[in-house]
Amino acid sequence: MRRGRAGSRRALRRFGERAFSPARVWAMLLRYLYILKSSWPRTVELLYWPTLQMMIWGFMSQFLRHNSSYIAQAFGVLLAAVMLWDLLFRSQLGLSMSFLEEMWSRNLGQLFVTPLRPYEWVLSLLAMSVVRTTIGVLPAMLLAIPLYHYSIFGMGFALIAFLAVLMAMGWALGLAICGGILRHGMGAEGLAWTVIFALAPLSCVYYPITILPHWLRPVAWALPSTHVFEGMRAVLFQHVFRWDYFLGAIALDLVFLAIGTAIFGWAFYDARRRGALLQMGE
Amino acid sequence: MPAPVILVENLVKRYGPGPAAVDGIGFRIERGTTAALLGGNGAGKTTTLAILLGLLLPSSGRVAVFGEDIVRHRYRVLPRMNFSSPYVDLPHRLTVRQNLEIYARLYGIGRRRARIAQLAEELQIAPFLDRPAGRLSSGQKTRVALAKALLNEPELLLLDEPTASLDPDSGDWARGYLEQYRARAGATILLASHNMAEVERLCSVVMMMKAGQIVDRGSPDELIRRYGRTNLEEVFLHIVRDKHAALEPVP
Repeated sequence: MRRGRAGSRRALRRFGERAFSPARVWAMLLRYLYILKSSWPRTVELLYWPTLQMMIWGFMSQFLRHNSSYIAQAFGVLLAAVMLWDLLFRSQLGLSMSFLEEMWSRNLGQLFVTPLRPYEWVLSLLAMSVVRTTIGVLPAMLLAIPLYHYSIFGMGFALIAFLAVLMAMGWALGLAICGGILRHGMGAEGLAWTVIFALAPLSCVYYPITILPHWLRPVAWALPSTHVFEGMRAVLFQHVFRWDYFLGAIALDLVFLAIGTAIFGWAFYDARRRGALLQMGE
Repeated sequence: MPAPVILVENLVKRYGPGPAAVDGIGFRIERGTTAALLGGNGAGKTTTLAILLGLLLPSSGRVAVFGEDIVRHRYRVLPRMNFSSPYVDLPHRLTVRQNLEIYARLYGIGRRRARIAQLAEELQIAPFLDRPAGRLSSGQKTRVALAKALLNEPELLLLDEPTASLDPDSGDWARGYLEQYRARAGATILLASHNMAEVERLCSVVMMMKAGQIVDRGSPDELIRRYGRTNLEEVFLHIVRDKHAALEPVP
């Protein structure tokens, strides 16, 4: 009996000392899936806004097709833009919402006395962001096909490239926002819903960057999303995939991810210094 | 002489420019001991527990758990310890079973179902295993928190107010369970409590804290004799209310 207990304790120690464990990442992901499953209104809420947005811009596109030469050249330009913008927003929000679940349930103190590493937690947040974004955006993308005879999937490889860049940018912003909430407490939770919209005008989602005043363009080009939306218009209007935009967006994503990770890492360290892991919550 | 399970030397924690929350304390706790940190609100008990758990970084001093520096090597010792507090929740929308399953996975426990079933029976939480944690009474929550804290059969158990919110009967039962667990698993327990009867029953070592310092320590009987009182609660009140008690910390 005692030997059995000693063996089991050794196994737990080995598991806990492992610097990375997919099983711990899966445990956290499972937790967020249980939370999602526990409330169907929340799941419906994930679908609601992307679908509504897609419908509004779909009807607008149908109207403008006969009244605007710009839309007449590429019917899907507004629909693709709204779907890709929603994907960026949802990837950021998907990460931030799972993070906020921990804050609302005052659970960080329990989690971080287990062998869970902060980076394993972050990986589970990223995975959950993919799940939430897929649930939110995919139905809207599919619904556009019967409603407007427009399939965003027609972009092929370019769509995959745009999705990857926008997801990564959403994660970078999400990490920075979570860092802000860790640092400033629940008073800053509104950041999760608002920060991204400050970037919308500069991302040139619905209009080309040439509309912006000259002095503002360098700021817009500093965003990965601007490269994506310019690239999207190149695909839809000129039928070319602009590798220069894509590579620029990847480079910027790496910078954004580095900054987001640094902010989150610093905020987590600071929370340990201030004792916030034990106290933080509603 | 075997290494103590907990060794604290000159531990200081400052949150800001004001007085230190923990001000140069030191103690050691040997294997198999049940010890208590006692003190009024703001005495530094929870801060000390948080540092021992690695949740809070000390300003200075040394904290070793199982011989490992908790700041540098916390992941070597976290699998061997656990923690329960009524002030840190489990997610409300998950059922008790789901909560326990997640923590069992985080600790890498094999045969999770069997372990959860065993704890559910021992701690009498089986009837509400499939109820969301947010719909439990505070007494039920305390028992579930205890189940979570025992999932990995910890060698060191840190407990903040372990029987808070339990009625006298349940509290007495929980104390009996903790005594049995300590004896059966050879565990060491450090608890922070305001329940003096609980401390008298469970603990062989008591450290009295005030204003971030340990102002006295000993077994409950020693402290009661030293202060010429009839129980630990009177000793506690004397120390908390005595202005000079914090000025003369014991070595």
